[in-house]
Amino acid sequence: MQRPPDTAAAATLPLRPRRRLLPATGRVLSAVIEVPRRDRYALAGVIIYAIFILVAVFADRLVTHDPLEMLFTPDYELARNLAPDGTFWLGTTYSGRDIFSQLVMGSRSALIVGLTAALSVVSIGTVVGLVSGFFGGWADTILMRLADIALGIPFLPFVIVLAAFLEPSQWNVVFGIALLLWPNTARVIRAQVMSLRERAFVEAARVTGAGPWHILFVHIAPNVLALSFLYASVAVGWAILTEASISFLGFGPSDTVSWGYMLQDAYASQALGRGQFYWFVPPGLCIVAVVVAGFLISRGYEEVMFPKLKG
Amino acid sequence: MRYLFNRLVHMILVLWVVGTVLFFMFRIMPGTPLAAFIDQTTTAEQQQALIAQFGLDKSLGEQYWLFLVNLSQGDLGQSFFFKKPVVDIVLEVLPNTLILTLASLVIAYVFGILAGAWLAWKRGSWIEGVGIPLALTTRAAPEFWLGMVMLAVFAFQFGWFPAGGANASGAAWDSEWQRIFSLDYLSHLALPTLTLAIYLQGLPLLLMRSNMLEVLQEEFITMGKMKGLSTRTIVLRHAARNALLPVATAFALGVGSAVGGNVVVETVFSWPGIGRLLVNAVSASDYPLAQGAFLIITAVLIVMNFIADITYQLLDPRVRVATTA
Repeated sequence: MQRPPDTAAAATLPLRPRRRLLPATGRVLSAVIEVPRRDRYALAGVIIYAIFILVAVFADRLVTHDPLEMLFTPDYELARNLAPDGTFWLGTTYSGRDIFSQLVMGSRSALIVGLTAALSVVSIGTVVGLVSGFFGGWADTILMRLADIALGIPFLPFVIVLAAFLEPSQWNVVFGIALLLWPNTARVIRAQVMSLRERAFVEAARVTGAGPWHILFVHIAPNVLALSFLYASVAVGWAILTEASISFLGFGPSDTVSWGYMLQDAYASQALGRGQFYWFVPPGLCIVAVVVAGFLISRGYEEVMFPKLKG
Repeated sequence: MRYLFNRLVHMILVLWVVGTVLFFMFRIMPGTPLAAFIDQTTTAEQQQALIAQFGLDKSLGEQYWLFLVNLSQGDLGQSFFFKKPVVDIVLEVLPNTLILTLASLVIAYVFGILAGAWLAWKRGSWIEGVGIPLALTTRAAPEFWLGMVMLAVFAFQFGWFPAGGANASGAAWDSEWQRIFSLDYLSHLALPTLTLAIYLQGLPLLLMRSNMLEVLQEEFITMGKMKGLSTRTIVLRHAARNALLPVATAFALGVGSAVGGNVVVETVFSWPGIGRLLVNAVSASDYPLAQGAFLIITAVLIVMNFIADITYQLLDPRVRVATTA
């Protein structure tokens, strides 16, 4: 792989902040398009994401059966544990449901959980990081203490307790992730803001009479958006992995088909002992593909936009 | 010293916050907390007696105070289900979790460090092009799914390893040590350890690689080259030693987070550890047990974070100067 040298990245993607909101946002947007063109790994990630989103959006047209319907063979017997064939592309489950249709439908819940969790983690993390880094003082102390506490709580056990405490739903996972994973983003953004607030363009804005909140959200925030994006692409993967684990442990909703639900179903119905690889291998591969895509994208952005940053 | 003291106060603070949050979460849970435990045959008087026995007739404030007092004395209450002290139950399974965690972490870190250094060395070659996506993939695979595939292949298909548990049923041992070092225990340990190790090795690998790349740019490496040292000496004696620092910290952090993250692997392999205990306790709404298991996992996590901090300062004098100054 060709690692872009620091100088080339700096020349085309100037990190030098500008005074206006639009150019900064535009720069982030152009970087979003530019990085996959320069980094093969990031490109692979973007392609996987695109396929995944397309499948999720058109899931109801791609399925061959109702994913939760119990199916019967022509001679009125439950279509239990059938091997893959022309009708059931990936075979059927122990309770006679079509595995391929479940796999396709599972992309939808993965997309919903992944996107909402990433959005909430990153928005909380970004706002906390901005406020904490810009104002400092007691606000910073309190927020960073909270961050320490959140990082001291074991993540998966907490989501399990939360999921048992609330009604079984995929939102528990989103909620748990939002509550515990924001500090990682917040700390990095905070460090970035602390350096940005000393720059000349902030002073210039202050001289022209801009208030602190205006400076923070109009002048500084656009400059950390790229970092937020970086963390979001990792958070998507985390959310999908967590959702799968929670469903696997039996704390997920039983009426929503997700990849974790499929794996739990396969495990509980002893598909392992029967060697039904066509049942429990595909959902795992789907999870791996989507999570890896997030890693690859964030890696590509990190190398192109923040060559010095190690996360 | 002052720093150590601050850190200790902070650790206790975090434990207290977690304990408090848990205490109230379990108390506000819908349904009577004894539901799991009261069946049709228990009479109203028996129910009252049970409620009094567990102190559930007292006010929430009183219960909370009792909880804190007991906690400070190392008493985590009685399990509803097992009718035994929570501490005893947790201590019984904790060694299993620690053995699993440490065994897999050691394998993961030895492999990860070597492979990471090697990948840094092979920078720019096709090996790097394959190695990095491969390392990322192992980190992206859900641990329990990896475990399922391992079980299906090695336990069910080939029958090389037992399918779950920690010991064959009915076996008896003279002492705990004999049990742990028996061939039976080790064969049960193999698959979960391997599964976790595959999942865990990605972090030290990537960390070691990027540290090596960074260290190789430093002036003392150039100096070594100018002195005419062999590449072997430079890489092993000078670069690798310095690149190891952050990996050592990651190891300590890894113990803490792995103890909590083991939940799913322990469940897949029916490994009698603290994670599986937590899952079962939560499912059975045995809240003193769930609370106790959670607190112990949190304590391990916090203590390991603390140790990570300290080792980093011991190993890297530059950090020590920065914090004391």
